[in-house]
Formats: sequence, structure tokens, C-alpha cells
Amino acid sequence: MERSGFIIEAGRRLIKGPPIYYFWVVLLAVLAFIGVYAYTKQIQAGLIVTGMTSYVSWGLYIGNFTFLVGVAAAAVLLIIPAYLYDFGPIKEIVIVGEALAVSALLMCLMFVTADLGRPDRVWHLIPGLGILNLPSSLLGWDIVVLNGYLFLNLFIPGYILWNAYYDKPVNMRFILPFILLSIPWAVSIHTVTAFIYNGLAARPFWNASILAPRFLASAFCSGPSLIILLFQLVRNYTKFHVKDEALFKIAEMIAVAMAINLFLLGAEFFKELYSDTHHLAPLRYLYLGLHGKGVLIPWIWTALIFNIFAFVIFLIPATRKSFVTLNLGCVLIIVGIWIEKGMGLIIPGFIPSPLGEVWEFIPTTIEILVSMGIWAIGLLILTLILKIIIPIETGDFSKSGRVADHI
Amino acid sequence: MSDEEFAQTKYRRSEQTEDGHHSDKEIAESRGHLQERLNRRSFLAGTAGLLGMIATSSCSWQEFFQQNFRKMSKKEIQETVDRLQAEYKSKYGKEFVVGTESPLDATMFGYGLDIQRCIGCRRCVYACVEENNLSRDPQIQYIRVLRFRDGTMNLEESTIYYDAEEVPQKGYYYMPVQCQHCANPPCIKVCPVQATWMEPDGIVVVDYNWCIGCRYCMAACPYMGRWFNFKEPAIPKDEVNTQTHYLGNRPRMRNVVEKCTFCIQRVRIGKYPKCVEVCPVGARKFGNLLDPDSEISNIIKTKRVFRLKEELNTQPKFYYFFAT
Repeated sequence: MERSGFIIEAGRRLIKGPPIYYFWVVLLAVLAFIGVYAYTKQIQAGLIVTGMTSYVSWGLYIGNFTFLVGVAAAAVLLIIPAYLYDFGPIKEIVIVGEALAVSALLMCLMFVTADLGRPDRVWHLIPGLGILNLPSSLLGWDIVVLNGYLFLNLFIPGYILWNAYYDKPVNMRFILPFILLSIPWAVSIHTVTAFIYNGLAARPFWNASILAPRFLASAFCSGPSLIILLFQLVRNYTKFHVKDEALFKIAEMIAVAMAINLFLLGAEFFKELYSDTHHLAPLRYLYLGLHGKGVLIPWIWTALIFNIFAFVIFLIPATRKSFVTLNLGCVLIIVGIWIEKGMGLIIPGFIPSPLGEVWEFIPTTIEILVSMGIWAIGLLILTLILKIIIPIETGDFSKSGRVADHI
Repeated sequence: MSDEEFAQTKYRRSEQTEDGHHSDKEIAESRGHLQERLNRRSFLAGTAGLLGMIATSSCSWQEFFQQNFRKMSKKEIQETVDRLQAEYKSKYGKEFVVGTESPLDATMFGYGLDIQRCIGCRRCVYACVEENNLSRDPQIQYIRVLRFRDGTMNLEESTIYYDAEEVPQKGYYYMPVQCQHCANPPCIKVCPVQATWMEPDGIVVVDYNWCIGCRYCMAACPYMGRWFNFKEPAIPKDEVNTQTHYLGNRPRMRNVVEKCTFCIQRVRIGKYPKCVEVCPVGARKFGNLLDPDSEISNIIKTKRVFRLKEELNTQPKFYYFFAT
């Protein structure tokens, strides 16, 4: 009875909202539908409908996957500064971060599934039923850490919100160890994801120890940038409050993370350019082109310029503390890191091929539509989660029935 | 090239051209093997025929729940083989043999390629396509014959896209590359579901029915040894090879990884891999590394050999050598 009361009330809240909310949800639903339709085409014909080949055997899907693992990791890593600098009500910050982490993780899982040739055989990965090749397969480890992280990010806010709904105090002594555990776990998901590529001696572009640190540095740029935008939206539309100073502090952190990211990139440039071995080829392909081929050149230079520009914005206090430039910087970083840690990381790993051939990758329309669909589903999940959990957290939505008039 | 070698080359070439692709002796030999295999299997085939026909109706269901090959019991393997044979018959209209021959005792297969003798004719490439039921559209070829300019050995400067009226071309040498059947294979350790492994006789195989199609092994291979069926493999009905092995050249399905298996369907019944058999200049050698008197062991002992990308510690069982 109680539960059905919650479900009915939650459902009522999901269908109530200002026009912009309807517009947003319908837009995402349409994009999601198009994506699902494109995916059925891929299922019917095989991966031939994508731009991938036996030369470049991973593409847009795995690129997006890599970027989103970073977002999922960084969303939770924000807990540390939130504690240290007293950003505001810590529970709320944790919960919004975890909502973002959950949506990003679900998108990750959807992207990997979309990339699988035989999604009908995913049960082969379930230990006991199938065989999960541990400890030797990094992909096996990634499945373990991603699912563990998903559990933590459902359990922690679940517990907090359950108590909030029943107007009970949260037992911090019980939940704090889980919150603390989620911090190293967040580091682990992005490290293991980096190790997937890092461990392959066949691909010199990835086979550099600097890869995992670079992953973390860039994740600390893109994830918090998304959070800054998300907090502003949330605080605009709900009673949830985050202080301006908190957003500026996050921007300051991004500046540091971006400085490290650019430094590590420079270190990589130096090593490859100065030693000037065969291993330079993928980097040359990415930034200058190889044998007259280089579809990624405009993209990667865009990423580099965006990242440097955003770094300057976040470095100067005046631009960091003005919302116009702050938001511009966030968008630049999200786009910049999406290119750098997505296609800019995956594709050059395959070029040139191990036997020296240069075959490029260009995503097909179906691939782009499927990716767009997954993003739409992820954002839809995020929107709906926030629509329910924020009123619970602010006390507008609880069992005792204090239903507020506005969302 | 010495005179003796040249004579040998000419001899082998004429052998090839006299009757298309094979000498009479070869054909008689392979027919003999075929007869043996059919006798051995006719009993099983008879009893399984009926079961197979029943099985085809619920085929996809059984395929869905099929276990990893190494975990299957003898009975399950037999049921799977019967099911596959029925499936292939309905698809290609021919009786297939899906063998499950076990590795031979005290055998570790190794391969030798005489880089001095290879003339870049690519007969191995095409023979392999036919023998191993490789997809013709999109085209998959396990062997890639790299052409290098004399005096270079930079992979990036090599090409497989040479179109010559006559080979060998002056000023070039050739180096065919296929799966190197590494003793320390990077592809096997990355597979998240153990769909690929090394058999006790050293052959690296894939269970096509267990592969989830993540393509991690392809990213891990430094030799382009693995290929992916991006769509349903297309093999002309009249060209399909019906003598197959479960872990080898049986027709594959779409969206799974496949690779060279040293022609597991041949080498486990005492034949040479097809590429060895078809090479007109005898540049390809094959044998048991554990037998100190085998041709391959002798080559490793007495010739100058090297392995491709040895610095990666993949320890290939594929040796390039210089015969003179």
C-alpha cells in the first residue's frame, strides 16, 4: 500500500512539469526511439552497417564509452572537495553526483552492448553460467568494477532517499563507509578502463604508462564541467541549493586538472617527437595525417584549442567567476575532452595497422543515430531520476504527504 | 637463388599448372583420407541423421544455450556436431563433416617460412580462402603477403597491394604474414569469456559459438592475425569445403572473430596445412617442434631464423628463415 502510494505519487510528479520539461522529455524520447530503430537495423544486418573494419575494429561506440566512464568516475570524485570546502548540503551534492554517475554508467553499458557483435551471448560473461575470464582479461575486470560502481551508486542514494521519504534521519555512521568506498572505486573504474588499452603491446599509441594518469586528469575536467552545468539547472528549477562559491571552487579544480592534462599531453608529445621512432606514426596520423589520410586532424586540433582556451578561462579568477564565461568554458571542455578521450584516443590506436596499413574510420549514419539514441536514453534517465529524487531530498516529496505545489 | 633451387622451383611450378591446382598424386592422397574419414563417420552420420532433422527445427534454441567447447561433454559435442551438420546441409545442400579430432600426443606444431624463396605469387592466400571457407563478400584473407623493397624491412613501407604481371618482381622481396600461433599470445589473455585458447598441440583456436564479438583480441594482436565477420559470411555453394573441423574451417556465423588454425582440420589427420601444400616453391615448412628430427626442428637448428616483432615477447611458433 505504502509502496504503491510512492509509485503513484512518483508517476504524478514525472508527468507534471513546465512546458520546457515536456519539450525536453519528448525530444529525448524521439531521439531514443530513432536510436533504437537504428540499432534494430544493426542487429539485422550485422556490424557491417557501422564504419568499423578488421583494421579499425573499435570506433564511435567505444570512444563514447571511454568518455562516459570518465564522467561517471569524476561525478563521484567531487565528494572529496565537497567535504573539504563545505560546498553546501553534502548529501544533496552526493546525490546529484551519483544520479549523474548512474546515468553515465548506464550509457557506458549501452555503448559496450551496442559494440558487441553477439549481444545474444552476453550471458557468457556471467560467472557460473558462462566464463568470466578473470584475472587475465581487463575487459572482465572492467565489467566487475563498472557493475560494482553501479551498485554503490544505486545503494547510497537509495538509502539516503529512503530515509528522507520516511522523514527518518540518515545514519551517517552506516552510509559513510560506502560513500568513502565509492571514492577509490571511482578511481578504479577509470584506471581499469585505461588499462584495457594500456596493456596492449600491439598498439604503441596506447601502450604508454602515462595513459591511466591522463585518463584521470581528463576525467577531472569533463565530469566536473558537466556537474557545474547540472547544478545550475537543478538549482534554477528546484529548491535545491548550491552556493556560487562551490561552483567556482569546482572550476578552480578543473583548471588544475586541465593543467595536469595538458602537461601530460606535452610529456607524451616530447617522448614521441624526440625519440622519433615508428611509434610516432599514430600521433602523426592524429595531428598531421599519414600517407595523405587524416580525417581526425580538424577534430583533434579543435579539441586542443578548446581545452587550452577553457584552461585560460578557468585560470583567471574574473572569467571563472562570471557565469557566462564559466559556462562557455564548461561546454568547451566537454566537447574538447569528448573528442580527445573518445575518437581521438580510440581510432589512432588502430592506425597504422600492425602490418603498416592506413585504413581510416568514418562512422556511418546508423552508428551516429545509435550513439545519439544512447545519449538520449541516458539524459532521459538522468532527467527522470532528478525529477523524483530532488523533491524527496528537499522534503517536498515524502510519505507524510507534504506535497508542494511546484516541482 | 642457386641452380638447384631454381630447377626445383620450375619443377614445382609445372606440377601446379599441369592440372590446375593439384597434382594427381595430391588428389589421390586427399581422396584416400576422405574415404577413411567417411568410413569412420558413416555410422555416426546414419544414427544422427534423424536426430539432426528433428534438431533443425529448434536449432537456434540449442545454439543459444550451447556451452563453451572445452566444457562440453562428449555427448554434448556429438549433439552439437550433428546439429551443425544438419544446419550446413540445409544451407549449402551438401553433406558436411564437422570433425572434433583431438590434439595428437607429443606434438607442438611449428611453421617455417623461407623468406628467400617466397616469390609473392599469393597462391597460398587463395588456397587458404577456399580451404578454410573464408567469406568472399566481404573478403577475408588470413594470409597477407607483404612486399618489401630490397634493403628495407619497415612494415609501414611495405604493401600487400601489388599488382604484377610476373612475380617475383626485381628489386623486391616478399614476406607472407598470418597468425603466428604465439606461445605467449596476447589475444588469448584479453578475451573476456575464454572463447579463444591454445590447444595442447600449440594451435590457437576460436570457439565461434562462444565468441561474444567484442573484438578485444583483434586489438591485442600485433600481426593482423584475427578477422571479424561483419556480416553473414558469403561462400559460393559449389566452392564450400565440406571437410571441416569444429575449431577450424566450419562455416562461421556473422559478428564473430576467426583466424588461421594451421588448417586444424588437415594437420590433425596427418596432412599439411593447405598453404604449405600449395606453395609452388616450397617456401613453406610445417612440422612438430617436439620431434628433434622433424624438418621444422632442423630448420631452426641449422638455418638463420627470426620471428616477427620478437621484441613484443609473443614468442611466435612461426619462424622466418633463410635457406642459404
